[in-house]
Amino acid sequence: MSTPFRFAVNVTPKPGILDPQGRAVEGSLGHLGIQGVSGVRVGRRVELTVDAGDEAAARAVVERLAGELLSNPLIEAFTIERTAEPAGAGAGR
Amino acid sequence: MTRIGVVVFPGSNCDRDTLRGIELAGGEPVALWHEQGSLDGAAAVILPGGFAYGDYLRAGVIARFSPVMRAVTAFANEGGLVLGICNGFQVAAEAGLLPGALLRNRGLRFLGRDVRIAVERADTPFTHLASPRRALRMPIAHGEGCYYADDATLDQLERDGQVLVRYVDSDGRRADELGDRALEDRANPNGSLRAIAGVLNARGNVAGLMPHPERAAESILGSDDGFGILRSLVESAKRAEGGRSSAAATGEATTGEASPSLVGAAS
Repeated sequence: MSTPFRFAVNVTPKPGILDPQGRAVEGSLGHLGIQGVSGVRVGRRVELTVDAGDEAAARAVVERLAGELLSNPLIEAFTIERTAEPAGAGAGR
Repeated sequence: MTRIGVVVFPGSNCDRDTLRGIELAGGEPVALWHEQGSLDGAAAVILPGGFAYGDYLRAGVIARFSPVMRAVTAFANEGGLVLGICNGFQVAAEAGLLPGALLRNRGLRFLGRDVRIAVERADTPFTHLASPRRALRMPIAHGEGCYYADDATLDQLERDGQVLVRYVDSDGRRADELGDRALEDRANPNGSLRAIAGVLNARGNVAGLMPHPERAAESILGSDDGFGILRSLVESAKRAEGGRSSAAATGEATTGEASPSLVGAAS
């Protein structure tokens, strides 16, 4: 019997990779009157549900997906989070 | 007539220009739909510019998993000639056919304008008929064209002659050696490391570049500096095909016949 497991994959540029988006965000902070913020890196978060027998099996699927599709290992790193099942999953609105 | 395949992904938008460029260069252009698993006997394949699959997630990544790319990858692994232009370069890099990655332009803006590039390797199937002695003018049109690889890889590419073309100024000087930041940004507007505009794989049968030779393939387009690249590919494909048919005549296995079974095995 398979159970749905909800995950989030956070993909960010690896340290040392130029992140012009992060730099642009950082550069705009002065316009908001905010000081003292640095090291802004802009990435991407992908949330998904995997049906699997147990959490380890579900996580293995997410690992593969994150490494082969959601991130480019040359330039990006990823972390995987287990998240709570959304209320009314599948309704989507 | 030697067939040159031009892959059409949903979102490709330079496929027709490329098909016409191939025709002008003396090849028989053949459009290859992204859902097909065969290359229809093409002796070389071009991955054209555009926004394959909307460039969602990362430019080129979703195209990498299409049926036609399995066939293209098998073809490339057997030594078949593959040229990626702009989005096609991004697809080839994501598919692991070429080293490195294309990052967001340094200035974050989409850039559509002419640049100048110099051929660093004039002895390849993609450039042997292109003029190596001057700055070739052709357009770029991309948001993610900043060539990136780590330092060790860049050193290795330089050492092994895998840098195919580089951004230069109108006098042909390397864009990253002009000694003036404003001039360097103008010549290498996406911020590519070491001003790399195009690379080769280690075997020398797969190439990619961000500028568009097919949009500079005849003088009515404002420049025909790109025509030499298309003509090089067509002539090289003719030679490759000649090699295969003579091999077939002597009873050896041919690459053209071997690829469909490999494609089947890969899928």
